[in-house]
Amino acid sequence: MTLIKTTYNRRSFLKTTTLAGGGMLLGFSWLASCNPTPEEALAMPEEWFDINAFLKIGDNGIVTIMSPNPEFGQNVITSMPMIVAEELDVDWKNVVVEQAPFNSEKYTRQFTGGSQGIRRGWEGLRMAGASARQMLREAAAQAWQVPVEETSTEAGVVHHKASGRSLGYGEIASAAAQVPVPEEVQLKEVKDFRIVGTSRKNVRGREIVTGKPLFGVDYRREGMLFAMIAHPPAFGLKLKSVDDTAARAMPGIKDIFTIKTYKEGYEKGYFDTDAFPELVAVAGESTWQVMNAKKALNIEWEPIADSTETLNVFGNKQTVHIPAGRENTTDHIAEMEKMAAGPGEAPRRDGDPETAFQTAAKVIERTYSAPFLAHNCMEPMNFFAHVTEGKAELAGPTQAPEIMEQTLSARLGLPLEKIEIHLTRMGGGFGRRAYGHHMVEAALISQKVNAPVQLFYSREDDMTFGIYRPTYQITYRAALDADNNLIAFHVKGGGIPEHSVFPDRFPAGAVDNYLAEAWKIDSNITIGAFRAPRSNFTAGAEQSFLDEVAEIAGKDPIEFRLELLERAQNNPVGENNDYDPARYAGVLELVREKSGWGQEQPGVHRGLSAYFCHNTYVAQVLDLAIENGKPVVKRVCCAIDCGIVINPDAATNMAEGAIVDGIGNAFYGAMSFKDGVPEKTNFDTYRLIRMNEAPKQIDVHFVQNEIAPTGMGEPPFPPVFGALANALYKATGKRHYHQPFLGEQRMLG
Amino acid sequence: MRHAQILKNCSVIFFNSNIMANFTLNINGKKQQVDVDPNTPLLWVLRDHLNLVGTKYGCGIAACGACTIHLQGVAVRSCMLPVSQVGNQAVTTIEGLSENGGHPVQQAWLEHDVPQCGYCQAGQIMNAAAFLKANPSPSDEDIESAMSGNICRCGTYLRIKAAIKSAAAG
Ligand code: FES
Ligand code: FES
Repeated sequence: MTLIKTTYNRRSFLKTTTLAGGGMLLGFSWLASCNPTPEEALAMPEEWFDINAFLKIGDNGIVTIMSPNPEFGQNVITSMPMIVAEELDVDWKNVVVEQAPFNSEKYTRQFTGGSQGIRRGWEGLRMAGASARQMLREAAAQAWQVPVEETSTEAGVVHHKASGRSLGYGEIASAAAQVPVPEEVQLKEVKDFRIVGTSRKNVRGREIVTGKPLFGVDYRREGMLFAMIAHPPAFGLKLKSVDDTAARAMPGIKDIFTIKTYKEGYEKGYFDTDAFPELVAVAGESTWQVMNAKKALNIEWEPIADSTETLNVFGNKQTVHIPAGRENTTDHIAEMEKMAAGPGEAPRRDGDPETAFQTAAKVIERTYSAPFLAHNCMEPMNFFAHVTEGKAELAGPTQAPEIMEQTLSARLGLPLEKIEIHLTRMGGGFGRRAYGHHMVEAALISQKVNAPVQLFYSREDDMTFGIYRPTYQITYRAALDADNNLIAFHVKGGGIPEHSVFPDRFPAGAVDNYLAEAWKIDSNITIGAFRAPRSNFTAGAEQSFLDEVAEIAGKDPIEFRLELLERAQNNPVGENNDYDPARYAGVLELVREKSGWGQEQPGVHRGLSAYFCHNTYVAQVLDLAIENGKPVVKRVCCAIDCGIVINPDAATNMAEGAIVDGIGNAFYGAMSFKDGVPEKTNFDTYRLIRMNEAPKQIDVHFVQNEIAPTGMGEPPFPPVFGALANALYKATGKRHYHQPFLGEQRMLG
Repeated sequence: MRHAQILKNCSVIFFNSNIMANFTLNINGKKQQVDVDPNTPLLWVLRDHLNLVGTKYGCGIAACGACTIHLQGVAVRSCMLPVSQVGNQAVTTIEGLSENGGHPVQQAWLEHDVPQCGYCQAGQIMNAAAFLKANPSPSDEDIESAMSGNICRCGTYLRIKAAIKSAAAG
């Protein structure tokens, strides 16, 4: 057993009250919004006892486990409580899960992003369960007057084997709640896990399939008004004036006014990104009335001036230049070409790359690009707010309540403790909901109309408000000697307004002579984190390039990568290499075995890709056929090393979704601009992948090990762009360097 | 496509949106009265006036299927269906598809643990349920063509397809 100190945010284990009074939260609790069938219904206890911030135990042994992190489909609402339940040693069928309220006193890192929820939550969640289990054992030991060491637990029962006595958790919960929080707790051995590592159904499954009100847009409050905003139609424009005479007279309209999202001189934080900080707000009795009134507004816009802004990136100040002007995609492409030809910043250099390239037998150079992308969360941006004198209550979908609480506090002039944020289930996030301008907007609108308000973005508002995945371009060069050994590697990448170069990632460390360079171009089009930021472009480009290099070197693409990884393992170049070569090789070997690599079927074209990001290793083999002139993805075989897999079927679902999402974006995803205007505004023009375009089969395999778990939300997404590009090449003889690979042209020539 | 047909059968009249009118709707087997602008799409009547929020908005232009409901048992996109066109036709929403999620399609969804974020799933389920009624033993191609109007941004398509096959197999 592992003995660990319970250092993790000890405040979460401090008990304020022992009797929780059965208090369920909001309308979002399992009990309030679910109608279980009689055989599924758990008899609810008469009393609940708070053991710590993560769990309470009912007098009948039912356990409520709080899932601390915001849920947007990654299913931490099931997997995080599974970890607590494992260490608590309780039967999963007696567990009820609640979304924890946002509370930075009780929980740390209530943030969804970077695939870090499970990785960073792992220890704390285990401790929450293990310390509760310890308290239950101590309470039982006291009741029986036996040493605590003689007690054991099994599925919600404490036993004293020597005397044959046992007590259910519910029977001693009230006593356990009085036991001091242990200084140290014992954690289970991985081999003894009975819940972690087994597939458990989504705890919200039934509520989802029956249409229960789980989402931000479903939030309702007595007297609540509906509100929408009008924002500039183009980047590079701001509000000049508004004539709301016609709109005001329309039925159901309560008020129309302008709001400024940030105070004059406010130093923006990293997630305060906002190209349109002055907006027209319309509040009324129903969505439809507000939508119509919005159309009746007469708004004049004017050009923005060139400006600079100081961004406070978690204490680190950065100056950002925001150019004036209305940008065009065609200009972006030309500017990127120009920058790519000039000098870049060089964050990493190993050996003597210049000489190696000069003396090489072969030099291969290829350039890749990808457009801006909109997140297109299925549930558009929205938030509920009720701001009253001295207090603000918000509810809705956010990935970053901790961060937005600070922004709201600064804007509303309220101390943090006067701001309450309830976490609703999110209809997708993909990074977009880490940004919270709309939360501030909702609060300002509520303040002005002096009523509870739900701010709602139409699809068009959502798609044209910015915070896009940036557009990128990257050039790779490889030098081969006469024996086709890779002797030098050069990556030079940029983008608008950020680049996607990771200087210390593979194949850095595997090549003697290596150079990474980066550049970027300022823009007034705002960008934000998008599922596996930067990796979502770099992986596909790099893996396409390595495929081409392997081909020119006359090597099998898996063998070629394994050779490089062997070099990085046995005799690494440089010190900061950001990957474990053995685990990287592990997923390649697993995908080789599981995909039946080398046993090609006629008419099926295979592409390979492998990538490491967000602490998880992924390799994929994608099988593609051309049917009626169209590329059809027949199968994707995916091998993953994310350490211990908490909930295998849920992790598989994540990987499947990431693969579908990646193929969709690689084939069709693009946002373009004309005179600053986003050219796509809804799903009729912004093409998203649909069922008939998804792979016919996806097989997901996990490396079995006992390494602490890492995340699944992002890592399976980036490599699939490369696997698809490489399979398309096999199928068509043509390399695809620029995304989207198909765009609106649906047939391959 | 079916949606288009239904709308064609109705004589579409556009009302001045300043006029409110009273409608008696037949929703999930219950008569419901609303006093709204006749052009209001059924979606917003359900969500804002009747608090039936299971039916979701995704695009408002009949391009995603999130708002799918049944009109006389046929899958229809409620985001572009004016309330004035509903009349006394039977409307079924996700809330009325079954008691407690007992419909075979909902059961299959649970069995395959389909949802990720879940936002699109009410629309997917409503579309699948109407489709299976019309075509109880569909091929993969039938499923794809029937379901390709419904976007799942999370990419749960393979599970949706598997669940529909399970539901069809009974
Ligand atoms: S909301 Fe009706 S089809 Fe998208
Ligand atoms: S489950 Fe998220 S959009 Fe379908």
